Amino acid sequence: MNTLKKVSSNPHIRGKVTTNHLMLAVIIALLPACGFGIYNFGLGALWVILITVASTVLTELLYEIILKKPITIGDFSAVVTGILLALNLPVSVPWWICVIGGVFAILVVKMLFGGLGQNFMNPALAARCFLLISFTSIMTNFECDAYTGPTPLALLKQGEVTNVYDMVIGRCNGTIGETSMIAIVIGACFLLLLGVIDLRVPGTYLLSFVIFVGLWGPAGFDLQYISAQLAGGGLMLGAFFMATDYVTRPVTVKGQYVYGIFLGLLTFLFRIFGSSAEGVSYAIILGNLLVPLIEKYTRPMAFGKRRGM
Amino acid sequence: MNKAGERLFNGLIKENPTFVLMLGMCPTLAVTTSAVNGLGMGLTTTVVLTLSNGIISLLRKVIPDKVRIPAFIVVIATFVTLVELLLEGFLPSLYDALGIYIPLIVVNCIILGRAESYASKNPIIPSLFDGLGMGLGFSVALTMIGALREILGAGEVFGYEVMPASYVPASIFVLAPGAFFVLAGLTAIQNYLKIEGEKKGKDMSKIQSGCGTDCKTCKEQCKEREEK
Repeated sequence: MNTLKKVSSNPHIRGKVTTNHLMLAVIIALLPACGFGIYNFGLGALWVILITVASTVLTELLYEIILKKPITIGDFSAVVTGILLALNLPVSVPWWICVIGGVFAILVVKMLFGGLGQNFMNPALAARCFLLISFTSIMTNFECDAYTGPTPLALLKQGEVTNVYDMVIGRCNGTIGETSMIAIVIGACFLLLLGVIDLRVPGTYLLSFVIFVGLWGPAGFDLQYISAQLAGGGLMLGAFFMATDYVTRPVTVKGQYVYGIFLGLLTFLFRIFGSSAEGVSYAIILGNLLVPLIEKYTRPMAFGKRRGM
Repeated sequence: MNKAGERLFNGLIKENPTFVLMLGMCPTLAVTTSAVNGLGMGLTTTVVLTLSNGIISLLRKVIPDKVRIPAFIVVIATFVTLVELLLEGFLPSLYDALGIYIPLIVVNCIILGRAESYASKNPIIPSLFDGLGMGLGFSVALTMIGALREILGAGEVFGYEVMPASYVPASIFVLAPGAFFVLAGLTAIQNYLKIEGEKKGKDMSKIQSGCGTDCKTCKEQCKEREEK
């Protein structure tokens, strides 16, 4: 009966939703993006996804076996991390990049801080940024069989006009999972309908990004430019699948709006004024770091308390 | 001379300024991009530390207690300026690599800390050796961190290739985050060895870690103390 001590007073509502239900839903929601990535870039993309997922799951398993901790790979969170990381890699990466990324994501970012729920930033994005800084030339090499030439965002940065229709469908160059806006939105709608995620963070994120780009971007409120910015790069994937991560977003409702606006602002700054064309992953992990601060200042008042007490 | 040997051992291992006392983190993280830079910084600090410890120890009865910190800083700044000019004259490449961190040795907390906690209370010979031991401990730690960062981030040590040609250097280790990764890794290994040693019943008090306990139990101890 010792375990009951930590439970607050009744009555309790028991939900049937468990961590692995949520994670399974996310995995299903990511399948369209994975499928399109494999269709778009060929079987190499499937290999990248498989190797990355295998390395994240194995890292978690081995860590827990070696340290004699309860095995938690059954909650599928390592699988989600693996898929998200793989979707953020270009198809041309060698296998060891996938392994290093998977090990870094799980070992350094997640397990060393105490496992699922304790990680201070999104493991998949942290690993992507680690790889991007470490192996810049490999991670920005988007040459593959299907496409040659730069990503649409790089073209936009050079001031060229891109084909928005192709970018929405996904027939363009980029990382495995980010090209197709449609595939990502299908998965996101699935999660929204199930109630796994809500529109607060992605909605404010995308909206504030559009407003910032419209107001201070190089093209103003040019529909073609703004829709290209929205469809290009990892913005959709980041907004719906990574900014909404339960662990690393604020828990307060007000805080989630602040977080969304902050992400929009950072992404805008990185993309328009930064040296590289893409800035979503840096924006989200910087946002993750600010979450404790945001939560501190947006904590709702307890009933009956007055300000300043 | 026994006292001198004890001071050397104390600085090198028992109270290693980097891995045990966690002092002087700023140069430790900033200049250890390569083994040469780490060694250079460590030796420069050693020279300043030994000499300033000696002078402060000699002056310890003259310096009034109220103005001791400014007095220490004047002594330390004198030696730092000397070393800076010498480096600029004779080792310009190292001078360029260390940059702003040479003048910043003045405010290095290891030097000020040893002046305050040891040299101002002890005679000159032990003070000299205390400075030497601390400085060498700092040099060894910085060289280790620098060498590891160079191996991982560039595949070289002291400029010589050590990794096979197929190794792709992870350049993050030469950049700022790599310093934190390497320092954290080395400190973790040291703590692990200490804990394992204690489990086997060995006397590990010779290898201290920063506080000898983890943050969780430390907090609880504070709470208990408050309740009393």
